[in-house]
Amino acid sequence: MSPAATAQDACAMAGAFQRGERSAERNVLEAFERLDAAEPRLQAFAGTQRERALSQARALDRDRAQGISAGVLAGVPVALKSNMCWQGVEAHCGSRILAGYKPPYTATFVERLIAAGAIPIGMTNMDEFAMGSSGENSAFGVARNPWDLARTPGGSSSGSAAAVAAGIVPIALGSDTGGSVRQPAAFCGIAGFKPTYGRVSRYGLIAFGSSLDQVSPFARSLRDIELVCHVISGVDAADSTTAQLPPMEIEAGDLRGLRIGVPAEYFPPQLAPEVRKVYDAAKARLLELGAQLVDVRLPHTEYAIPTYYVVATAEASSNLARYEGIRYGLRVEGDGSLQGMFAATRAAGFGAEVQRRILLGTYVLSSGYYDAWYNRALRVRRLLRRDFDTAFEQVDLIIGPTTPTAAFRLGEKTSDPVAMYLSDVMTAPISLAGLPGLSLPCGFVEQDGVSLPLGLQIIGPALSDPLVLRAGRSFEEATDHHRRRPDLAQLQAVRA
Amino acid sequence: MTESKATSSGPSSQQPDVLHIARLARLAIDPAKSAELGAQFARILAAFQVLSTLDVEGIEPMTRPTDTTDVLREDRERPSLAIEAALANAPARVENFYSVPKTVGGEL
Repeated sequence: MSPAATAQDACAMAGAFQRGERSAERNVLEAFERLDAAEPRLQAFAGTQRERALSQARALDRDRAQGISAGVLAGVPVALKSNMCWQGVEAHCGSRILAGYKPPYTATFVERLIAAGAIPIGMTNMDEFAMGSSGENSAFGVARNPWDLARTPGGSSSGSAAAVAAGIVPIALGSDTGGSVRQPAAFCGIAGFKPTYGRVSRYGLIAFGSSLDQVSPFARSLRDIELVCHVISGVDAADSTTAQLPPMEIEAGDLRGLRIGVPAEYFPPQLAPEVRKVYDAAKARLLELGAQLVDVRLPHTEYAIPTYYVVATAEASSNLARYEGIRYGLRVEGDGSLQGMFAATRAAGFGAEVQRRILLGTYVLSSGYYDAWYNRALRVRRLLRRDFDTAFEQVDLIIGPTTPTAAFRLGEKTSDPVAMYLSDVMTAPISLAGLPGLSLPCGFVEQDGVSLPLGLQIIGPALSDPLVLRAGRSFEEATDHHRRRPDLAQLQAVRA
Repeated sequence: MTESKATSSGPSSQQPDVLHIARLARLAIDPAKSAELGAQFARILAAFQVLSTLDVEGIEPMTRPTDTTDVLREDRERPSLAIEAALANAPARVENFYSVPKTVGGEL
């Protein structure tokens, strides 16, 4: 393997930069080498920013040469999901309706990343407006899973997950509404962490479901996840829903003495035997590491998917009302009237799944149906949260599979929206409750002769993010699942 | 406030009028596709009917997961987006304004 075949972890990269062993410019150039080799087949990126990244890298190198102290992520190339505002860089959200949209400002979390010395190299592919579980709802190409190019990397943060799993960048940001970072992290064999709702500012994250959306990082190690969370978290005057707290700290410690809840609802009888075996092994490992496993119940789990799809589509139908052909994006004149222009623009600009969700959201909020659907779903949401509150009276953390299966094939679920929605069955409840959820690699299953990763989800009470990450780090240090890499030759073969 | 037609018994199993919802959502739907869309819609809603089996009497709706309310930042003047930056993405503009089809004198 050549030195450029896969990126070092961010902690190692930042350390080498600080010590003067590697320049930021070299890190960026190598990231683009890896990207160019993988990208024709991977389709992780929607756009790149070569000149901007190189210019930032050279400035960091100059500062370091002059002894100016750099941030904790100095010299580390990162990727951003295409629903994130970075001034002047196209953020199309995977949608034709926002093709060419260049935000006039930069998101708080992107500003914080850049201030810490991280170097964004490009924007990643995604399901349109983050609505999807496979990346297939993008208007600009479908990202592939580096473990098997015929399979989905998951969604909606498909490109960010694929870029990290393929070793192009050590860190990428995604957004998680109902599982859009944890599910692709599981499918791609990397770590993905959704912080507690409100822990990271959403200012500059193009909205889908405002009571659910949260900026969430991908990385190949928990140390990197902890570092990024420290950098991007904390109160922001531009987002009134941020928790009034300083940046997240890194918690020392291990798993000894922690009580970990195992809900029967997350290990249903339908779980395939080979998948169950992986989770049985993970549980055994947790016990060996000194954790105590406790049976808990989350009795309303079966209601989570309908609740999520009512709440999320209602919020989406409201958030996406802003795309009407006036202030930004596509405009189709239609019959020449204002209303005609709205309707024609939105019909031409939104893809099938986004239209479906806007319609569903409009319906559940509409006169006569609001109480029956939306208001009822909000009440069930509280019951789901109470399930967790009750469980956390007995345990410190809860575990479960991130997904009930490994990555599915592209095309397998596109014709069946309900089957696709069920991919979120183990991630959506945590989102509805606003809790922190981590997915990290915990084993592999063989399918059709291919080894596919599975993710273990660790869930904590609200604002227990450092504890969740500490538990994940302890598990990671005692296992080597995160060290396995996909065969990148399949990605690069096309260039040979 | 919204009126309520189907509250006590939970979600309605009636097939929704897709063209009416599309009008509310300002989405032009090809009438030829409305039957297919309606059937898809009905399937999704049927899968969600399980919500109606729960007793939610007395449960407070949970609109968001945080308790923070009325957070105000310091009341201090600061620069806002420049006109050029704000209009840079507009599909159509006239001088310093967004341009829209005429709305006066016709049907909205």
